[in-house]
Amino acid sequence: MNNKLIELRAITKSFDGEQVLCGIDLDIHDKEFVTLLGPSGCGKTTTLRIIGGFETPDVGDVLFDGKRINDVPPYKRQVNTVFQKYALFPHLNVYDNVAFGLRLQKVNEQEIRDRVREMLAMTGLKGFELRKPTTLSGGQQQRVAIARALINRPRVLLLDEPLGALDLKLRKDMQNELKRIQHATGITFIYVTHDQEEALSMSDTVVVMADGKIQQIGTPTDIYNEPVNAFVADFIGESNILDGVMLADGKARFAGHTFDCVDGGFTKNEAVDIVIRPEDVDVVPVAKGMLSGVVSSVTFKGDYYEIIVDICGFKWMIETSDYVAPDAEIGLYIEPDAIHVMKKSEYSGRFGDYSTFSEEMEHLSDPTCDEQEEGDE
Amino acid sequence: MKDKRSLLEKAAAVPHTVWIVLFILGPLLFVLYFAFTDTRGNFSFSNIQLLSSYSHIFFLSICFALVATAFCLLIGYPLAFVMARAKPSTQKLLMLLMMLPMWISLLIRTYSLMTLLDNGGLINSVLVALGLEPLTVVGTGGAVILGMVYDFLPYMVLPIYTSMSKLDKRYLEAAADLGCNPFQTLFRVVLPLTVPGIVSGVTMVFVPSISTFYISQKLGGGNFDLIGDTIERQFKYASTYHIGAAISLVMMILILISIAVMNRFSDGDGEEMIV
Amino acid sequence: MKILSRSYLFIVFALLYAPILILVVFSFNEGGSLSAYTGFSLRWYRELFHDQVALQSLKNSFMLALGSSLLATLIGTFAALGLDRMRHRYVRSAINSVTNIPMMNPDIVTGVSMMLLFVALGGMLGAGDVLGKWTMLIAHTTFSLPYVILSVLPRFKQFDKTLREAALDLGCTPAQSFFKVELPAIVPGVFSGLVMAFTLSLDDFVISHFVSSPDFQTLPLYIYNQTAHNVKYSMYALCTLIIVTILVLLLVVNFAGNMGERTKRKKEAVK
Repeated sequence: MNNKLIELRAITKSFDGEQVLCGIDLDIHDKEFVTLLGPSGCGKTTTLRIIGGFETPDVGDVLFDGKRINDVPPYKRQVNTVFQKYALFPHLNVYDNVAFGLRLQKVNEQEIRDRVREMLAMTGLKGFELRKPTTLSGGQQQRVAIARALINRPRVLLLDEPLGALDLKLRKDMQNELKRIQHATGITFIYVTHDQEEALSMSDTVVVMADGKIQQIGTPTDIYNEPVNAFVADFIGESNILDGVMLADGKARFAGHTFDCVDGGFTKNEAVDIVIRPEDVDVVPVAKGMLSGVVSSVTFKGDYYEIIVDICGFKWMIETSDYVAPDAEIGLYIEPDAIHVMKKSEYSGRFGDYSTFSEEMEHLSDPTCDEQEEGDE
Repeated sequence: MKDKRSLLEKAAAVPHTVWIVLFILGPLLFVLYFAFTDTRGNFSFSNIQLLSSYSHIFFLSICFALVATAFCLLIGYPLAFVMARAKPSTQKLLMLLMMLPMWISLLIRTYSLMTLLDNGGLINSVLVALGLEPLTVVGTGGAVILGMVYDFLPYMVLPIYTSMSKLDKRYLEAAADLGCNPFQTLFRVVLPLTVPGIVSGVTMVFVPSISTFYISQKLGGGNFDLIGDTIERQFKYASTYHIGAAISLVMMILILISIAVMNRFSDGDGEEMIV
Repeated sequence: MKILSRSYLFIVFALLYAPILILVVFSFNEGGSLSAYTGFSLRWYRELFHDQVALQSLKNSFMLALGSSLLATLIGTFAALGLDRMRHRYVRSAINSVTNIPMMNPDIVTGVSMMLLFVALGGMLGAGDVLGKWTMLIAHTTFSLPYVILSVLPRFKQFDKTLREAALDLGCTPAQSFFKVELPAIVPGVFSGLVMAFTLSLDDFVISHFVSSPDFQTLPLYIYNQTAHNVKYSMYALCTLIIVTILVLLLVVNFAGNMGERTKRKKEAVK
């Protein structure tokens, strides 16, 4: 992770007057596994298509190895793509699909045969050479698409929600498989997904996007532990987001109580957003708790219970391994390093408590995003 | 299992079946019957044997139809390609412009082309006015082929355009991604994937071209006897039905064979062909 | 690249329309000439409207198109229903292939084969010359049938069978469910089949050429006879009228379609 391979500089793009990207700045380093993560319509696919050369930015530059490539057509870029629904050529069999790029480079047939064989072995497709893509399962088509792109030995591989069409079990397998292939080949991967779990488990760097802007760039642990604003905190994992005030460095007041915390660097009495992850709250007897509240619901999740606790009208989500009865009064204890303080942002207040918690809330980001989705994906 | 269909549902296709047996199969049986009998109604191969003296007509017709089909493909394929790449609103207009001639009777189109090219027609009077030699177009083989191309070009363009606009854009992007320049994309991806459209277009041009008689009468000036002309003469003027039936039968078989061969080409996409 | 493709489009369409446009222009030519435009006149239109044969053949064409398209739609719609419900796959595909023969066969073969049937049957029955309006009606109905079935059958196939079950569940008898639920779904197909059959009949020349007689002329037959030997200028006028009619019809259909789509989109936008 040394030299910058791709640089996006202040990229702006709109479709039919609707702004999809506004001022994207992003550096991607060699051999890095970068994930563009965000809800549908956030501009991640458009960003990928600009790197691939299928869209040209309205404003801004795309640099590859320091050279501007805005106007270089896709077929002259050292970049290959695994398309969202694979786009395998239906008139060619697996072998010819994989050999497609090499034939264009006028590689001799002997070498093509060796490299295709090697690539099919690596992706576990031995014996499928003569099958037509339409006769393959989703997972197999996926592997063909990867083989077809990788055989050209691109500097960068772009993957557009490549696991979106696969079922859960297959997704997990393919995640490991992709990680292994990336290590083996040493090629830079740029991966687009809306699945935060996938992003956290696979990437070196995660780029969280929303509303055509980059919200945060960082390692998976940074993104999870130190979200920069309410959007990122809400989108990545579960979180209780509360309004608070920074009394001084290491002193935050929220939920009617003053807490010790480890964050600082805010002006005195600055209004802030406080994030507390459900698993960072300990359930204790009322007397020992910093806060106390009434349990309003309990859901068994297998290895833990997910409980909703009403504390002065604000519903907290808490994960605990011990059973708590509904309507019981419990105390809560929060360690200083479990309290994460964020500056106020445009997303403050957009994410409430868990009082109306439902599955849909997980995707709650911006209702207008759904409309853009078609143009974007 | 009890048949739950109502009487109506069971009997609905009966009138149609009777109709097509009477008026589609029946006539074809009569063609067979006439082709293999003499004027007294006796079984005979003489009509078929006599066909050898028409071999030059078959040859000429096939040549004309093949050349016309080839020209239609050469002109029509790029046209469909360009049309399919236009803006959606423009595409709609271009489609309408392409369809309009199909709605105008073939007679009118052929006739208007003839009046334009004729010796006393507009083109020649312009040439004479410019002090140039007038061209004799009508009455040449070229004029007949021109007429076929002019009349049947839309039948080539529309099916190709249809299969081209159905072509998923992702395939083109995938090709570019893997290193195809636009021309390589055309030959390696677009062309193979539009074969069904080509097959259907070629059939839709070849069949009417090989069986036409009006085009050769008007634009060929009576100098070219094609299969269509010969059949028309046997039935409309000479009343030599037996030999006419034999020629029709051979032409029908010829066309059915070529359609079957073409269908094999497009990987058995037979349904598209019929449409 | 863009300029190249634009000019290619322009050239092809210009060549495609040039003869037609010139024909339209010269139909208003005062002098009887193909090459020199001597002045605007409606002379040929006047001559056309005094031509009783032309008017009669126009009437024949419309009556025939109306009759054959209605008959073909009636038979074809029932056939589509029957084919959709048919159990035996082989019978169904046999019927389908026979129905489609007139679509694959060159028109001239369809024409002469029918002519043979009519003449031979007429001879056997001692009816003499049977060719005329009835043979025309049969022939036009026959070649329209595959197009009617082609536009109706898919409607039956696409019809969601669970809708029928829902209707039965809600208390419809099978007949009621057919008329209240299934029929409305196939009506657009029936209608487009009817329109298609009507225009095919109006347009047909080759098959009519063989199965009609001089005392039953349709418009295309009339044009053919008039243009057989020498140029008749009133034919320019007739052709122009036909072209204008087709153009207006196409524009109306297209405009109506656009309007329909626009209002639909508006409704969706309101939602």
